[in-house]
Amino acid sequence: MRLTLKIWRQQNASAPGAMKTYDLDGVSTDMSFLEMLDVLNEQLQSQGEEPVAFDHDCREGICGSCSLMINGQAHGPEVTTTCQLHMRSFKDGDTITVEPWRAAGFPVVKDLVVDRSAFDRIIQAGGFISANTGSAPEANSVPAPRDKAMRAFDVATCIGCGACVASCPNGSASLFMGAKITHLGELPQGQPERYSRVVDMVAQHDAEGFGGCTNIGECAAACPKGIPLDVISQLNRDLRDALRQGR
Amino acid sequence: MASNVDVSGNTVLTSPPVQQSDDAHGYYTPGEPIRDTKAPSGPIKDRWTTHKMNNRLVNPANRRKLDIIIVGTGLAGGAAAATLGEAGYNVKSFCYQDSPRRAHSIAAQGGINAAKNYKEDGDSVYRLFYDTVKGGDYRSRESNVYRLAEVSTNIIDQCVAQGVPFAREYGGLLDNRSFGGVQVSRTFYARGQTGQQLLIGAYQAMERQVAAGTVTQYTRHEMLELIVADGKARGIVARDLVTGEIETHLADVVVLASGGYGNVFYLSTNAMGSNVTAAWRAHRKGAYMANPCYTQIHPTCIPVSGDHQSKLTLMSESLRNDGRIWVPKNREDCDKDPRDIPEEDRDYYLERIYPSFGNLVPRDIASRQAKNVCDEGRGVGPMVGDFRRGVYLDFADAINRLGEDAVREKYGNLFDMYERITGENPYQVPMRIYPAVHYVMGGLWVDYDLQSNIEGLFVTGEANFSDHGANRLGASALMQGLADGYFVLPNTIREYLADGPFAPIDESHPDVVAARTSVEDRIQKFLSINGNRTVDSYHKELGNIMWEYCGMERSEDGLRKAIDMIRELKADFWSNVKVLGTADSLNQSLEKAGRVADFLELGELMCIDALNRRESCGGHFRAESQTEDGEALRHDEEFAYVAAWEFGGEGGQPVLHKEDLVYTAIEMKQRSYK
Repeated sequence: MRLTLKIWRQQNASAPGAMKTYDLDGVSTDMSFLEMLDVLNEQLQSQGEEPVAFDHDCREGICGSCSLMINGQAHGPEVTTTCQLHMRSFKDGDTITVEPWRAAGFPVVKDLVVDRSAFDRIIQAGGFISANTGSAPEANSVPAPRDKAMRAFDVATCIGCGACVASCPNGSASLFMGAKITHLGELPQGQPERYSRVVDMVAQHDAEGFGGCTNIGECAAACPKGIPLDVISQLNRDLRDALRQGR
Repeated sequence: MASNVDVSGNTVLTSPPVQQSDDAHGYYTPGEPIRDTKAPSGPIKDRWTTHKMNNRLVNPANRRKLDIIIVGTGLAGGAAAATLGEAGYNVKSFCYQDSPRRAHSIAAQGGINAAKNYKEDGDSVYRLFYDTVKGGDYRSRESNVYRLAEVSTNIIDQCVAQGVPFAREYGGLLDNRSFGGVQVSRTFYARGQTGQQLLIGAYQAMERQVAAGTVTQYTRHEMLELIVADGKARGIVARDLVTGEIETHLADVVVLASGGYGNVFYLSTNAMGSNVTAAWRAHRKGAYMANPCYTQIHPTCIPVSGDHQSKLTLMSESLRNDGRIWVPKNREDCDKDPRDIPEEDRDYYLERIYPSFGNLVPRDIASRQAKNVCDEGRGVGPMVGDFRRGVYLDFADAINRLGEDAVREKYGNLFDMYERITGENPYQVPMRIYPAVHYVMGGLWVDYDLQSNIEGLFVTGEANFSDHGANRLGASALMQGLADGYFVLPNTIREYLADGPFAPIDESHPDVVAARTSVEDRIQKFLSINGNRTVDSYHKELGNIMWEYCGMERSEDGLRKAIDMIRELKADFWSNVKVLGTADSLNQSLEKAGRVADFLELGELMCIDALNRRESCGGHFRAESQTEDGEALRHDEEFAYVAAWEFGGEGGQPVLHKEDLVYTAIEMKQRSYK
């Protein structure tokens, strides 16, 4: 099929950017969206134009690198990652706009690549259980109720892609943070640091310039891993309990 | 099992190999054998304990004066950074991705082995050791493998304490499953995303140390050179991938945890960025590359759909438990709707050739036979090049027998993934599968301490060669990465660091200047060639050569041909590649150019290694070494050794150093699956 692509081009963080239009022919419906961009890049290079920079790595939907706003939707029209989106979701003759994540917390590095290091810093603030190597007790000495362990797993599947932030009108990272608070908070091992964790992570989140949550729910709708909105309730509950304890 | 084995460690059960053939004559130079691997002697079960005791300690007050560079943040690198940071060393961690959490360990699906024996089904450290050595077709080092099995239980304890949400039973205790054809249930798992959960555990532990100030992380940084000064590894030259700045980082010790090189085949299940550059730069600085031809090819991947294909996706091997593999008997049926091909015109070739194991033959056999039927022209799916590269994996019988709901319950997520990628519904149309490169057992040579032959250069995880022999068992990659990172390296690196801090060097040291200059020159070279072909086009062509001649089945003639083709391609690359953009900005073509240049050199060495090894072993079938029935034939009397290759200089021949594999605790046996 033949497509018209409107793609955000920006040389670096300080340069101004603009949408640029490209025609691309010979796109197969079996291509992934990123393979379609690979074909575009080969074409651009043969014409002497610099290829479009975009983040990607595993191309199987798990590393969380890929990050494109496609026709205004994070990861495009299907609920999956951009690398798992295939061109059969589009039609011959379509015009497709491709932009980087749009959020104050994720400044553009180049073209479609953004800086998501704020997520690392939120984890550094408290998204862990302090257990030095070698100090762990026998694994089965602390049973974890199966339903809680399953909920912990379900939300631990977050890939840190940032689609939640990019979709949120407030640019909030509450879903990302709530997923981690819930993952660790559901497990017995996570209890000792439960309340300091939520306070520290929220403080870092705010310092990074992410917005607050106003329960719109775009984040959960866009999440390629189906992290449910109620992790934000759990985050708020833990935060309220922590503040009541005077933390 | 092993009842006639003397575990005292005093009786050597194997005689040293003497190689008769010399297929690679003219392509290499024979070198001195490797005599000392620092592997301790004595009863195998005591070796690690004794060795840990004998390795010297570093005073806690001295640790913060010692700088450690770790390249890579997967299971091996992330776990090591966390653990060494906790111990108080000063760690600098590097990764090319935008966050340590994206390392490709994250994509491992199945699980992690540990000899916990929670099922009371007869598992033990010895049995895990035995299965791993046997699975590796007796080409791994027994002391290393035993240690791996020994620390496996600690890994599970550690991960659970970090909050890794492993599958649990109703009573809240940990669940296990059987994996990879072994007879005990020793695999711990987190649905089909075990690698992700283990990596996030290591990542969080590492980020905690970043906050504590013991670990500094350098993301979007790629190591482009190893600095060896006065005979010791003392640092790296790295490029900041955003600004393009070339940086020098100096330290007392360097750890490479940079993963495997499966992308030499272009198409593989590796991440797009996975590369050999860190390891290959170390190799060029003198580190031996061991058994580079040992690669693992996984039989159940989603086939290539066209020339645009950029990577391959693995589906769990468990599919072979219920799916039946077939191709049409007649070539003319290959483009028909498979549902219209009657039973008598189908060839269930694995069931036909291997009646007792059928569709459950080991990975390498399933892979090789799939390629054989496709090469005969009986493959299915779209034409890719001259062939259809796919075979059917048919669930129609299973759906009839168990019902669609039962099949959905077992494999629903895999069927969904297949449909998302191919657009076909596998409940109605048979799946198509084809083998893909998945893992490499070869890597930089290391001794028992995980130190390479360059002093002060340690190598962990998939980047080293030591634990999997010629084939890796399922659920063992995660085990090895974490064993190296959490429990082995921290206990071996201290023996080296006990002599530190080493004499300070600065950026003006001639070896540092030379390393830095060579990186800058190479980048300028890439940008100035300004030829006609893109980097990707070279990478694809190299991949095709490797897959065709150095993949599942190798032959003497094919390998010689491949070496010539790679040399020609390499010469063309250096005169005709086109890399646009500048050095002082994010430039993904430039990044790829460096990686592909190194893959071209590695590919040639892999072919030379494969040519030399005239035996069928582990995942590899050498056409000249088969039984009358066409089965793999190993030659222990000639090849029970590690082939450790030394760089022979630009344009020179690689030098082969052999390390004989000595077994005291396990007897060598030939396998049979007929």
